[in-house]
Amino acid sequence: MTASRLSSGGSAIDRSRPISFNFDGRTVQGFEGDTIASALLAADVAVVGRSFKYHRPRGIWGAGVEEPNALVDVAGSVRATPNTRATTEPARSGLVAKSVNASPNAAADRNAFIDRFSRFIPAAFYYKTFMWPDWHLFEPRIRAVAGLGKVDPDWKSPGPADQINRHCDVLVVGAGPAGLAAAKLAAGAGKSVILVDDQPLPGGSLLHRDAEIDGKPAAAWIDETAAELKGAGHLVLSSTTAFGIYDHNLIALNQRHNDGRPDTLWRVRSRQIVLATGAIERPLPFANNDLPGIMSADAALAYLRRYAVLVGRRIVVATNNDSAYEVAVALATAGADVTLVEIRKNALPAAPSGVKLLAGRTLVSARGGMRVEGVTLDDGTSLAADSVVVSGDWTPTVHLFCQARGKLAWDETRAAFLPGDPVEGISVAGALSGAVALSDVFSSAAKATSAIGETKTKAPRSTGAEATGGVLAAWPIPGAKGRVWIDYQNDVTAKDVELAARENFVSVEHLKRYTTLGMATDQGKTSNLVGLALMANITGRTVPEVGTTTYRPPFTPVPLASFSGALGGELMSPVRRLPLENVHRANRAVFQEYGGWLRPAHYGGAGADADRTIQDEARRARQSVALFDGSTLGKIEVMGPKAAEFVDFIYYNTMSTLKPGRCRYGFMLSENGVVFDDGILVRLDENRFVVSCSTSHVASVHARLEEWRQDRFGRGAVYIHNATSEMATLTVSGPNSKKLLEALDLGLSLDDADLPHMAIGEGRFGEDAVRIARVSFTGDRSYEVSIRADRAEPLWARMQETGKALDAVTIGLEALMILRAEKGYIVIGKDTDGTTLPHDLGVDGPRTKRKNEYVGRRSLFTDVAVQDSRLQFVGLTVAEGEPPLATGTHAIAKSGGKLRSQGFVTSSYHSPTLGRPIALALIERGASRHGETIDLQHLGMLRHATITGPCAFDPSGERLNA
Amino acid sequence: MQLFTCPFCGPRDETEFHFGGESGNLRPDGTDVTADRWASYLYMRDNPKGAAREIWVHMNCGEFFVMERDTVNHKVETSIALDSAEHA
Amino acid sequence: MTRRYSALSLFKEGLAGQKGWEPAWRSPEPKKTYDAIVIGGGGHGLATAYYLAKNHGITNVALLEKGWIGGGNTGRNTTVVRSNYYYPESVAIYDLAHRLYEGLSADLNYNVMLSQRGMVFLAHSINEMEITARTVNAMQINGIDAEIFSVDDVRRVAPMLNFSPNARFPILGGGWQGRAGTARHDAVAWGYARGASRLGVDIIQNCEITDFIIEGGRCRGVHTTRGSIRADRIGMAVAGHSSVLAAKAGFRLPVNSYALQACVSEPVKPILDTVVLSPGTGVYVSQSDKGEIVIGGALDRIPSYGQRGNLPVLEGVIAGLLEMFPTFAQLKLMRQWAGIVDVVPDSSPIIGESPLPNLFINCGWGTGGFKAIPAGGTLLAHLLATGKHHDISRPFDLDRFAFGRLLDEAAGSGIAH
Repeated sequence: MTASRLSSGGSAIDRSRPISFNFDGRTVQGFEGDTIASALLAADVAVVGRSFKYHRPRGIWGAGVEEPNALVDVAGSVRATPNTRATTEPARSGLVAKSVNASPNAAADRNAFIDRFSRFIPAAFYYKTFMWPDWHLFEPRIRAVAGLGKVDPDWKSPGPADQINRHCDVLVVGAGPAGLAAAKLAAGAGKSVILVDDQPLPGGSLLHRDAEIDGKPAAAWIDETAAELKGAGHLVLSSTTAFGIYDHNLIALNQRHNDGRPDTLWRVRSRQIVLATGAIERPLPFANNDLPGIMSADAALAYLRRYAVLVGRRIVVATNNDSAYEVAVALATAGADVTLVEIRKNALPAAPSGVKLLAGRTLVSARGGMRVEGVTLDDGTSLAADSVVVSGDWTPTVHLFCQARGKLAWDETRAAFLPGDPVEGISVAGALSGAVALSDVFSSAAKATSAIGETKTKAPRSTGAEATGGVLAAWPIPGAKGRVWIDYQNDVTAKDVELAARENFVSVEHLKRYTTLGMATDQGKTSNLVGLALMANITGRTVPEVGTTTYRPPFTPVPLASFSGALGGELMSPVRRLPLENVHRANRAVFQEYGGWLRPAHYGGAGADADRTIQDEARRARQSVALFDGSTLGKIEVMGPKAAEFVDFIYYNTMSTLKPGRCRYGFMLSENGVVFDDGILVRLDENRFVVSCSTSHVASVHARLEEWRQDRFGRGAVYIHNATSEMATLTVSGPNSKKLLEALDLGLSLDDADLPHMAIGEGRFGEDAVRIARVSFTGDRSYEVSIRADRAEPLWARMQETGKALDAVTIGLEALMILRAEKGYIVIGKDTDGTTLPHDLGVDGPRTKRKNEYVGRRSLFTDVAVQDSRLQFVGLTVAEGEPPLATGTHAIAKSGGKLRSQGFVTSSYHSPTLGRPIALALIERGASRHGETIDLQHLGMLRHATITGPCAFDPSGERLNA
Repeated sequence: MQLFTCPFCGPRDETEFHFGGESGNLRPDGTDVTADRWASYLYMRDNPKGAAREIWVHMNCGEFFVMERDTVNHKVETSIALDSAEHA
Repeated sequence: MTRRYSALSLFKEGLAGQKGWEPAWRSPEPKKTYDAIVIGGGGHGLATAYYLAKNHGITNVALLEKGWIGGGNTGRNTTVVRSNYYYPESVAIYDLAHRLYEGLSADLNYNVMLSQRGMVFLAHSINEMEITARTVNAMQINGIDAEIFSVDDVRRVAPMLNFSPNARFPILGGGWQGRAGTARHDAVAWGYARGASRLGVDIIQNCEITDFIIEGGRCRGVHTTRGSIRADRIGMAVAGHSSVLAAKAGFRLPVNSYALQACVSEPVKPILDTVVLSPGTGVYVSQSDKGEIVIGGALDRIPSYGQRGNLPVLEGVIAGLLEMFPTFAQLKLMRQWAGIVDVVPDSSPIIGESPLPNLFINCGWGTGGFKAIPAGGTLLAHLLATGKHHDISRPFDLDRFAFGRLLDEAAGSGIAH
């Protein structure tokens, strides 16, 4: 036994509540409050994972978010996640943890042999080899050994993650001494405060470092301060990581829960953000500094005081700064045999009691296999050790500051990048600002909150011993012997950085990308600065000349589920629903999504043969009378003194000549001349029109109308109102449509003289006004009856009831599509594409005749618009007995042995009325090629068809009045 | 997530807004407009890096307005209703 | 010094401590005059310099990069290589790129890790299946390998997709290009840089253009932060910053700059072999050789030069991903970034002489520039060397906007870039 749990102590654990979990197949005991890492250490598990590239055995390095080594796949009775940091994940009974990138387990990994070939596979080796004969021969095996954790294919979602939006005056990141003090001061200034910390408990370094505040032990002060904040209604969030600062002071938080719930995403907009994110301890550079049992000194102290775990019996503490002295003394006091190897010769802190001090000495290498066994110093001294705890000084956690566009400034005395010029809305405190002594930390907190407002709270005072910040920079030395690890997870050594420099990858971003330094799941929290400093040293530059990499969100990895929240399934892109949906369902409609609306495709139930049902609906519609729910049709009202002028400008067709009570069909173009939408315009009276547009275009047509109104017409001239969802539109079509409508007794004359084709009438159904538009999308006599959406149900019921005697058929959209295709009526976006101009559809009159301005006009006269090789709208017929053409079939021509597309089939159906296939197409010069038989190709199969006009049924239009 | 200020509704999340184009891109009417002038209106843009003056629409209220902002640091200077802006 | 890359040289260097490698490219001081200047050290600029030297023997070339090579969109994309385009003009340009990619590792003696594991573009409705048929037929007619996939075919290549018929975006099938895949983005930039440098091109980093030297109405060189450099042929390939340079040269472009976001998950063992594109949910996803799930985002809705990730777009993209791959909800997001892309109204590139004579442009690739790097380089090099269009680049000249001859793939095929 080397690492062990002490019989008493441990501020974070509850010894009355033992737990047990599984790690790599063995049972591990622990206590409530343990992390997976602290329980593994207490159980003396040295090897907890394997590195990414060389599969080196690795132990626990840290006690927090910076952990590069201890990653586990978590499963079992808790939320499953691959690549979970053991140092931050609470240990829970029933949890099953598996070391990543190790097979069968971390202790005995069958890919461990790779490390023996490491000299042949340095940084970026893959760019130099695997080219012959072909990369594809190598790639699958490389893919198989790459990656860390495993995704569970049978995983079931515990449900969507919560997402919460908040506003506050001041958000403080980090609940260490600086953050707690800043939050307290801001609260005292009457501001609303949110205090966020990624640990389960507030306190930060105070949880394991000696301190006395306002005459009280630190633990008491933490509890008091947190209780005070909560009591005053401020929000204190634990186990919550502030992972991103976005534009305009939006800060994103990810909150973890200990009960199996998915994490919660918080989006907080704060007037002021105080960053008290602390600092992260760096390793020291020496050969084999990655062996299991070599650990951050601060982490060793955290494990001792929070979890009562003593990491070894014979411990070498190595440092270049003052912070490790407290660690050495504490480890010795806890019973370990401690030797402190101190790089510095002079200006040392007071000698640590109970510790053997070797000043002016440096570690040059460690030895051991699955666990560190000893170290060698620069003078050749060899020391045996079962644990080596190191402090290579502290790197301020500047990530969020940089995300907020903060620039860093190099501080030579602290050998660190610190926040430079202030950023509006952001202030910094504590170790992030360079403070070391607790009194300096508190004054930095006072400074960070000074601009927020006058506070009634007194800043806390440090009344105990103070930490000191003495340090002598210890960066890797170029050319040093052995393998000095810089990025543990990605296996980047000092030699790799030297190789990058040799090959001219000397800019910081090249260094990072070429060696993968800092690109592992820990994002280089312990390694980036070390790599930079080495590169600076090699290339004769200063560290700030080499620069820093860009810090990007997230600060630590965040579950994808947090981002998606409830934005899945039906909520992903909600479909719009018809007012009569339930009625249609009762009538056995089969629904499909069309242009964002859920609409009946056909009736007869899901069990019916869909094709036969649709054919039947289309056939019967022409025989007597068909009922169709056309409520999705756009109904946008345009009114005002300049309404007529406005619709003239909006439409390709002249609309101002339309008489009140009449309808006209027309196109709307985009400014590039392309047909954007088509539909009927109704003129209700002199200054009032209703634009009816395609179902899927209502929102965009409305937006365009508004844009042109505000751009060219103004408030007093035109007013626009989208009434689409206020009205339901029920269509009655077919030879007997008039008969059916007359039986409804809507209080208006339906005589053709009173209500001719392309006219409207006003009537009543019971107490409700109805508008009847005699327009047709089937080619048969048709009436569109519009009524308040909430009163549509009884009208529809009456239509159904009345229709029984007339053998009426209720049709879905698919049958309607056949009916309109028989007539050659277009559907925008299906029979047209983003290049179709109005004259391609055979509507050339306005282009050649109109004298006043309209949207898209000039674009109809460009070189391309007037060329004769344009795709034009036609019909296609196939030889008798042949099946319908597939939609998407291309017309082809051969020139110079090469195939060329001459257009394509846009719509294709079997027509039950005509008893043959019909098709619509856009074909090159099609309008002048009627009668020509052309070649077509679909998935390599050749077909033939003859070009016709688009209209295949009732070309003279007699049925409109039949 | 940026905060934009609608002149009518106040500060709102960026998701409520839609970019309408660069301010001052006047439409030339008529068929005698040269091809280059028309293409310039339709397609050519200053696309400034830094200070920009743009047309935006607040989709919730439907009002178009002029916004001055910085396309690099995303700082928003002003929002002005279309009919009180010297838009052109 | 070891120059040639191979398993053998790697082995020999391994025995010698990897100490004999020469710099991948030289970093000389800029000269006063060159035969040609290429502005922009991204993939397109580097490829232009390389092909100027290789195809045209013009080696007295300066490549000027504001920051560090490969640091713009070349290093910020989702690394997909494909040529499944609709119009013959587009097919010609992307097929040229695709074929050059297929020989690139050998040509450059640099493993760019082209991994042709195929790409499926999903169809979520009958209408989308019809559009897919139209697209696939067009591709087949244009000589591109493309197939229609049934649901079962899709299941075979991407079994973790959500095949529930009740899904918000049910999978009815899709289109497939087997030759599509990914390449290692950094390697493409560095490989071209190394190739160009060996042929004599001076790669000059940290060299920002402050202005153009214009004499007699023609471009004669550039003023830079590292002094004035003259040449009579200047090419620029600066993607999202094209408008900025165009303004200095006195003309405007049909370009808007937007941030395009992308992100990667933590690395996991292989779970996704192909590239998957779902237009309905806006998902564009693959798994890198390292094991990261690489997630392509949609364009931000706000014109911007700020290379910053943003939340709303990211949330929508990830929601789409999890809708398509529900088990990916176990994964964690590791890195989020944004590139500044140059979006043109028809989403097709602009290649040709600019309104300022002697200055040639290559821009407008929008979200799709990476896959086109070898073609962009070949075509701009051809223009710089000959002063004339290659047949393949002719349709992509800036003059198409005045003629109205736009090449809008989305308009024609409904396929997103």
